[in-house]
Amino acid sequence: MSHPVIGVLALQGCVEPHRPHIEAAGAEFAAVKTPQQFDAVDAFILPGGESTTMLKLIDMYGLWDSLTRNFKTKPVWGICAGTILMAQHVTNPQQKSFGLLPISVQRNAYGRQLDSHHGMIDNYLVSFIRAPVILSPSGVGISGEAEFEILATHESAPVWVRQGPYMATTFHPELTQDFPSPMHRTFVDLVRGSAAQLVA
Amino acid sequence: MKKTKQELKSAAKTSSTVINLKVGLAEMLKGGVIMDVVTADQAKIAEDAGAVAVMALERVPSDIRAAGGVARMSPPRLIEQIMASVSIPVMAKCRIGHFAEAQVLEAIGVDYIDESEVLTPADEDYHINKHDFKVPFVCGAKNLGEALRRIGEGAALMRTKGEPGTGNIVEAVRHLRDINQHIKRITVLDDAELMTEAKNMGAPYELVKLVKEQGRLPVPNFAAGGIATPADAALCMQLGAETVFVGSGIFKSENPAAFAKAIVKATCHYSDPSMVLEACREIEGEAMRGISIDTIDAGMRMANRGW
Repeated sequence: MSHPVIGVLALQGCVEPHRPHIEAAGAEFAAVKTPQQFDAVDAFILPGGESTTMLKLIDMYGLWDSLTRNFKTKPVWGICAGTILMAQHVTNPQQKSFGLLPISVQRNAYGRQLDSHHGMIDNYLVSFIRAPVILSPSGVGISGEAEFEILATHESAPVWVRQGPYMATTFHPELTQDFPSPMHRTFVDLVRGSAAQLVA
Repeated sequence: MKKTKQELKSAAKTSSTVINLKVGLAEMLKGGVIMDVVTADQAKIAEDAGAVAVMALERVPSDIRAAGGVARMSPPRLIEQIMASVSIPVMAKCRIGHFAEAQVLEAIGVDYIDESEVLTPADEDYHINKHDFKVPFVCGAKNLGEALRRIGEGAALMRTKGEPGTGNIVEAVRHLRDINQHIKRITVLDDAELMTEAKNMGAPYELVKLVKEQGRLPVPNFAAGGIATPADAALCMQLGAETVFVGSGIFKSENPAAFAKAIVKATCHYSDPSMVLEACREIEGEAMRGISIDTIDAGMRMANRGW
């Protein structure tokens, strides 16, 4: 799979800014919101936005089962709200999630919009917007493994983590217009690698 | 490797490549519905229906219109109750030019301030210098010149100035079309023509130049004012709005929870008529009654407030 299609969940949130990053990393961008569209892509980005809203819409439009089935076999990258959807355990308030990664996440942990800030991750300027914090390892994730890799920390908390085909960042690299971001490059590489593994 | 806050700030300031944090939050609200609410209970109904944010108000625009008198910032206690009741962002309105009300809202910790024509203006000459604030601002605009003036003052998000509290979409449509047509015209102008264009529309030259380069507004543009049905929301989205504000439409309808869900569905699936149809079918009861714009005295037309 030299030119994978990355589907960005487009129920609501920051979707279009991913296009130039994905294309610069050598993959194809698709905005997806129906089960037919989910089945047609090679990997998913769960974008920034409001996690509460996205959860409600996933429930209301009956997308939970189709997404769960797709997530079992395809790489997924959650950003900010997407990290919350991927976590094993969510607080402030407690809410349901897909449990793909063995992490516990606290919503709006830095505070409200007034506490949004920039950060430097992997020499790349990124934005933390009403961001969650990854508090601790929690459970085993969908893979059954408790171990996960911490790719970056910020103010002593992990902000970029990965376990197998699942990756999460609590910050937004897509709002920086220097294409592609290191995170998009890493994810597209991961998508290519996981396809190679599946073939092997 | 670790950078100090100061270094980061200067990196963010000098880098034209990163979207500022105020616009960043607006990006997160795209494709959604922002609902006017007057109580914590309404805020919960809005959140449960899938709203991406709520606007905390003392009265919805149609009641402000009916009550007359001076409409001001909502009482802080009410805004705080609403903030405590939901986890989505909470916005609140201040009067045009009333920077002290804005300072109070920032001190409360709201996520966005709407410097709004729905309230009675406090200053007939000057809007707030929004660069002075850390909290982001949304402002209304009827046309591109007005939008760029507000962005020049520091607004991080624009919205149309559709006539609030009327349930009549005609003005919001006029503003969306006007702004989009004007942007298209600017993209084909010769560089030498830009200064005159800036002068004629009363907008900062640098921003006019940016519009020509990018072919769009420098910040997101949402629809507001008069949205009363799922089809209204779909219309605004297809005309290029990136999110919709719904004011009196929801909580003045007969079944607010169903109505709110239907508007959210139509906004999310605006380009799929079968989904918009489904949204229309989900509504029991009537939409708000609505007012024809030409029956409103010029002095009571809120879109004429601000410049």
